[in-house]
Amino acid sequence: MATVAGRKLDGQLLEVPQAGSRFDVQAYRRDFPILQQSIRGKALVYLDNAATSQKPRAVLEAMDRYYETTNANIHRGVHFLSEHATLEHEAARAAAQQFLNAGHAREIIFVRGATEGINLVASSYGRAHVGAGDEVLLSAMEHHSNIVPWQMLCEEKGARLRVAPIDDRGELILEEFEKLLGPRTKIVAMAHVSNALGTINPVRRIVEMAHQRGIPVLLDGAQAVPHLAVDVQSLDCDFYVFSGHKVYGPTGIGVLYGKSALLEAMPPYQGGGDMISSVTFEKTTYNTLPFKFEAGTPDIAGAIGLRAALDYVREAGLARIAAHEHELLEYGTRALSAIPGVRLIGTAREKAAVISFVMEGVHPHDIGTILDREGIAIRTGHHCAQPVMQRFGIPATARASFALYNTTGEVDALAHGIRKVHEVFS
Amino acid sequence: MSDLGDLYQDQILEHNKSPRNFRKIETANHEAEGYNPLCGDHFTVYLDFQDGKIRDISFLGSGCAISKASASMMTQALKGKTREEAEQFFDRFHRLVTGRPPANGNQGELGKLTVFGGVSEFPMRVKCATLAWHTLLAALKEQKDPVTTE
Repeated sequence: MATVAGRKLDGQLLEVPQAGSRFDVQAYRRDFPILQQSIRGKALVYLDNAATSQKPRAVLEAMDRYYETTNANIHRGVHFLSEHATLEHEAARAAAQQFLNAGHAREIIFVRGATEGINLVASSYGRAHVGAGDEVLLSAMEHHSNIVPWQMLCEEKGARLRVAPIDDRGELILEEFEKLLGPRTKIVAMAHVSNALGTINPVRRIVEMAHQRGIPVLLDGAQAVPHLAVDVQSLDCDFYVFSGHKVYGPTGIGVLYGKSALLEAMPPYQGGGDMISSVTFEKTTYNTLPFKFEAGTPDIAGAIGLRAALDYVREAGLARIAAHEHELLEYGTRALSAIPGVRLIGTAREKAAVISFVMEGVHPHDIGTILDREGIAIRTGHHCAQPVMQRFGIPATARASFALYNTTGEVDALAHGIRKVHEVFS
Repeated sequence: MSDLGDLYQDQILEHNKSPRNFRKIETANHEAEGYNPLCGDHFTVYLDFQDGKIRDISFLGSGCAISKASASMMTQALKGKTREEAEQFFDRFHRLVTGRPPANGNQGELGKLTVFGGVSEFPMRVKCATLAWHTLLAALKEQKDPVTTE
């Protein structure tokens, strides 16, 4: 089963799962209450994990327990509850640090999600370092959240957004990327894994190429962290962002990792409580890292839920999850490719478990509605990646994306549903 | 439970496959663009509007079966209609696809467009069914900016 065991992914050498450690997908499914229900009279087949993953009971219970036993504001009260809430919140930070293998807990900034993390860097680092005539380099497969904040910055500063092209498989053309790294390039911002195509980018090479020219790199890991182990020290990226809700955690919480030397030198993003060490009407002294970037009462319960999610993933083992999902990807790719009129969009050699596809003569929205009647949840549309759709000359795709709890039986249900779409439209 | 057949009626599938008036009117004196950012549907509606009447009406663009068939059947239904008639027609159509009864004083026939009645069971698809109509209203008003259903 562990077909990718030992396969070297960029930046991660997957461990070989322990002999005998069978991936018991049914046992994992039982951990997710939402998967136990029927939708429209059919067993729920949830294949929209790239949009958001479902939450295991451990996450829900951790958050409930926090509100039932520990709720208090953090970093301020001297009372018992405040002390414990603070400890739990900071333990969540340590869990995120461990998850990304960051060198220090102060390099972990809690944000609402990957989007806010990118906005923080564009706003704070970007405003300080990008000027008129400078360039910000992205790829053609970015999610809107890794385009628009940079576009806003470029508009404000009179800077230029440069875009490294992708080929017909949906892979970054590295030579073209390298050519675009110039003396005016002030930062590279790139998806680790593409949400619309599933492509896993060669991020280690990207970071090396940029660093050879002294250019910092932000990696958008929203689609990567649920599927592959990330080591920010080994990758040597300067910033890394991800969202909790895509990795089995709650919505509203995410992480920005930044190298402490960069974060120290950056101006604050938002002003408010917690991010200060002293305030007078004449002058405010900002707090130290990571608090300098965390104005206002944070999402304490969210951080606690995130910790539970990261613990859950660690216990399941990212190498084992990746192997299981890769099996689903290969099985699904075979099953969908065998259906006449179906064309896969995004066929990169290194791919996460995302299958984007179009059907001849049928709009993805109609595919989505018909599959929904079968209890199958997929995403249809442009996936907040309109430039990707333009690159492939299509208005939209249908996208099935897998998580650790998905089964080959669910892939069969998807293939069956797609054949039904054919029936309706033939 | 609503059936898929209620939504994807034969006539709708047929108009999706072979849309009518799917062309540009070179002499159009009104036109507007409609866009549904949710699913990427994108249409332009062209009008030859003279003496208070829609002399000719056509559309171009791409979208799902519901939006395309609705646009196609709209162009058939509205040729020769006045602006007020077109607006009243849209009101009746909108009520049909959102499952509301016709307004007093506006209980005319919808004709073939009644095949869209099944849309009311699919609330996520109402925007698809009405995109071309919103675009038409914008064209009649000579709205310059593209309309969106968001």
